[in-house]
Amino acid sequence: MFSYTFQWNQALARLPQMLEGALVTMQVAIMSMVLGILIAIILTGFRLSGNKFLNAVAVTWIEIARNTPALFQIYMAHFGVASFGIHFSPFMSLLIGITFNNAGYLSENFRGALKAIPETQTRSARSLGMPPIMAFRTVVLPQMLRISFLPMTNQMVWAVLMTSLGVTVSMNADLYGVTQDLNALTFRTFELFAIAGVIFYIIVKVINLGARLIAARLFRY
Amino acid sequence: MIEIKDVHKSFATLEVLKGINLTVEKGEVLSVIGGSGSGKSTLLTCINGLEPINSGAILVDGTEVHAKSTDLNKLRRKIGIVFQQFNAFPHLTVLDNVTLAPRKVLGMGKKQAEEIAVQQLENVGLGDKINVYPGRLSGGQQQRMAIARALAMSPEYMLFDEVTSALDPQLVGEVLDTLKMLADDGMTMICVTHEMAFARDVSDRVAFFHQGVMAEIAPSDEFFRAPKHPETQKFLSNIRE
Repeated sequence: MFSYTFQWNQALARLPQMLEGALVTMQVAIMSMVLGILIAIILTGFRLSGNKFLNAVAVTWIEIARNTPALFQIYMAHFGVASFGIHFSPFMSLLIGITFNNAGYLSENFRGALKAIPETQTRSARSLGMPPIMAFRTVVLPQMLRISFLPMTNQMVWAVLMTSLGVTVSMNADLYGVTQDLNALTFRTFELFAIAGVIFYIIVKVINLGARLIAARLFRY
Repeated sequence: MIEIKDVHKSFATLEVLKGINLTVEKGEVLSVIGGSGSGKSTLLTCINGLEPINSGAILVDGTEVHAKSTDLNKLRRKIGIVFQQFNAFPHLTVLDNVTLAPRKVLGMGKKQAEEIAVQQLENVGLGDKINVYPGRLSGGQQQRMAIARALAMSPEYMLFDEVTSALDPQLVGEVLDTLKMLADDGMTMICVTHEMAFARDVSDRVAFFHQGVMAEIAPSDEFFRAPKHPETQKFLSNIRE
């Protein structure tokens, strides 16, 4: 029935290259998360600012990020802006696309988390003589991060998996890109992508485990 | 001294304070009673500037609370307030709840802040709970922690906003005992309360609020023995029944 002969050794011989790709994948994911969190905090600030223009900027960002394919977002960051003469490297385009997506999702998470913290917490902090920013930083922010910790972990997982979309903008340094190139070279399609799948799986499992350990340390209440 | 001069305060079209005049001297304990919606809680949040007012003035030691030039953050250091909902900071241990403001606001060192906090917590009977998170405390314990937290800032005035109203009946006593202890120590206090025995026994004067107006104010024994205003009489007789 099948005439395919598995040749795992040939594929496994490429494992070091694939692991190097996995490092690039992690690099993109981590950078996109750090930037995404920072931008999400700013977008959340825009939404709560009461300023119509800032609010519109944030809403537009969040609506596009959450309601269009991640592939579209990465495409636009590469081929879309190229139409206007702006050229990003595949790495940059992938990073920008995923960061855009992260920021949109995380901002909604942060906003939801803020809503879950009673206004009286801020009032209490202010009545102890804290200026607004101090009250936010010491009382509201820690609680917000706890509430949005699980959604942030999910988004980190998504960021890792979204890197695979980089191949569509000629990204070939990440795990998926490396695998695709090796496939073109050796035609060990099943073996190579199976190995890539296992590596993705392990990365995600490690992220989830790490998140659980961090949560257990940080959130003891 | 807290001076309240012809204070008017509205929420949208609803006027909740209709010209309140009141002076509270240093060392005095004033209880404020009245039905819900009478404006008594609003008055407290106006005194520490959490709420703006529409007209009139509130002066704390001569500083006008709602003047633009007033540094509210600084003023609030000497006005402690405890709310009906305890508002413990859930992410901090009992000790950290109490040391947070002295350290961040007053810039106190960790060691000194902790010494003060432990002292305050022992005073309210929570000396054995310092490393516990507030979620593990009963309502009464959380409320006593909130009192210790306010006291750790060494305020000169304390405002209590129905601090026993959200408590199970058997926990009310422990919080009232804490207030009584404070009053005996000479703290200047304004207590919005529904606890008539407390108002009678602990406070120097009692004020009765009715529909945004301070209908009556009198020394506590006189207030309960011979209330003058018909609304006060009605309120007190309803409670006694």
